[in-house]
Amino acid sequence: MPQLDGGGGMSRMIGPYEQSDAAKAAYDARWERIMACVRLEQPDRMPVGMQSFFWPATHGGITYKELMHDYEKAKRVCYDVVAEFEPDGVYPLLMGTGQGLALEKLEFKQLQWPGHGVGDMQPYQYLDREYMSADEYDDFLFDPTGFYIQKYLPRVAGAFEGFDKLPSFPGLHYFRLVNGIRPFALPEVRASFEKIVAAAEEVNVFFGHHIDWVQKINAAGFPLFNGINAVSPYDFIADYFRGATGMMKDLYRHKDKLKQVLDKAAVFLTRMTITNAKLSGNPIVFIPIHWAPDAFMSPKQFEEFWWPPFRKMMMGMIEADLIPMPMWESDCTKRLEIIKDIPPGKCIYWFERTDMVKAFEVLGDVVALRGNLSPSLMTTGKPDEVDAAVKHLVDNVWNKGGKLILDGAFGIPDETPTANVRAMFDAARRYAG
Amino acid sequence: MSDLNEQEAHLVEWLADMREEEALQLANTMLLEEGADPLRVLALCRMAMDIVGKRFEEGEYFLPELVLAGEMLELIGAVAKPLIKQGEGGEAARLGRVLIGTVHGDLHDIGKNIVSFMLDINGFEVKDIGIDVPVNKFIEEINAFEPDVVGLSGFLTLAFDSMKETIAAFEQEGMRDRFKIMIGGGQIDETVRTYTGADAFGTNAVEAVNLCRNWMGVAA
Repeated sequence: MPQLDGGGGMSRMIGPYEQSDAAKAAYDARWERIMACVRLEQPDRMPVGMQSFFWPATHGGITYKELMHDYEKAKRVCYDVVAEFEPDGVYPLLMGTGQGLALEKLEFKQLQWPGHGVGDMQPYQYLDREYMSADEYDDFLFDPTGFYIQKYLPRVAGAFEGFDKLPSFPGLHYFRLVNGIRPFALPEVRASFEKIVAAAEEVNVFFGHHIDWVQKINAAGFPLFNGINAVSPYDFIADYFRGATGMMKDLYRHKDKLKQVLDKAAVFLTRMTITNAKLSGNPIVFIPIHWAPDAFMSPKQFEEFWWPPFRKMMMGMIEADLIPMPMWESDCTKRLEIIKDIPPGKCIYWFERTDMVKAFEVLGDVVALRGNLSPSLMTTGKPDEVDAAVKHLVDNVWNKGGKLILDGAFGIPDETPTANVRAMFDAARRYAG
Repeated sequence: MSDLNEQEAHLVEWLADMREEEALQLANTMLLEEGADPLRVLALCRMAMDIVGKRFEEGEYFLPELVLAGEMLELIGAVAKPLIKQGEGGEAARLGRVLIGTVHGDLHDIGKNIVSFMLDINGFEVKDIGIDVPVNKFIEEINAFEPDVVGLSGFLTLAFDSMKETIAAFEQEGMRDRFKIMIGGGQIDETVRTYTGADAFGTNAVEAVNLCRNWMGVAA
């Protein structure tokens, strides 16, 4: 968990913010509530998580574009939602939406965001494309770093476009190495480095604001739920390299190479996740899962392609004392028996559309659960309907021993009326402590 | 498939079983070397796609099979269609017209594309008007195409309001009763259907096909 400064006196400083004893006690109690669920022990009351992308802007009366580009406004609305609703754990809200200026400087191509392809009140959207062709599997397998530098990075961000002129590094040696660095003097390569340095400086500024916001909510008694995000090996290749339909065809056309790439990705993604999580000081790792849903592949394909590299990754994280929190998007009912195969008391499974009662029946003695008020209910329903949905989860999961952390199906949808969020938090207190 | 000869039965079987390499090789042999009737080969493809659709409904096949089937059909079509002599056969009678698009504000198209493909191979005349479609464009396209069914697609939660606005605009234009409206996408459920005023929603491409068949009075 995030380390707090000092202790023992009337208050302590977290960065520039003073934390009172009462706030420290509240912080510790909130974090312990989540940890008790992870250990499959009974906390004093049902914790409530807060995750969202653009809803803090909706709630705080700023545009989505401002949330992405104006650090001070973003910090204000993201602090206000925490202070108003008092969740037990908070998603690093700025991380999800605050990078507009860095995206611009990087000339990022995989997203359209407010002011860059979508309107000021629309969320950013990912562009599903083939960023690696099927006949490039061998290049990726032989030298992933070289593939990244010369092919992948120039495709996904304009700032990297000069990198396609860089030499292939393996093989450079002695005078060949000396002569081989000539491309670094090319105008395109120099321009790339200048853009990347400018983008990196912007990311540093952004990180300063992120840390400032985290210190402020910590000082007020609210822990971050998770420090970092990660990705499953299959989703990494499907979403960011092969594209949705490319990946689906590869299950038939390139299955052996796909498996090799997934095995390799499992290794470097696990290493990167452990390194980043340790740096963040928070053991919980949020892993949104895109390609596991029942409708997306057969049980056989799931067990052959999707699950083994991800399980390997989760086991590596657990061995490093991290707490994986996969968020199983859509309906994953048919996957429950398979994904049960992990050590008990080590993970949080967040379900989007899977029936939580069914998930509890299958997984209740293995993992803590998180979710899952439906987006249609939260955005179009009435507060009494939200209240009834929370009561349903309390009656059928929490009161039956399920270690449930209440949240929206995928956090709080961008358009959610405040009254429905209030109803969610109030109902949690009313029915489950 | 009792009326098929051995070669034709193989083509249908291999396409339906996702044996892509063998199926494409056989189709090319039939079309380019043996002078098979291209309309007959395309009819065999449709038979195979019926089997694929049934296997999807029965839970044996999933999205990867629909996508690969679409790809195989496209590859065979690219060889067969130029061989069709002008005036010969022509398009089979269509079951009905479906206009489909992703509502304004939403750029997602994977689900919509799969629904369009499945409707097409199931005998519907489909007009796909793309993503992020403004209300006015829907109205213009409907007036020009005169569809029996309008499909509104959307993946994001913002699509709930876009769908509602789009359907309300159809009402205002006095065109709402001229066609059925189905909605689909990652977060769509009965609550959203009620909210938007659509006639029905579907959670996958086969459900979309079945909705259209029912509305057109075609036995599934």
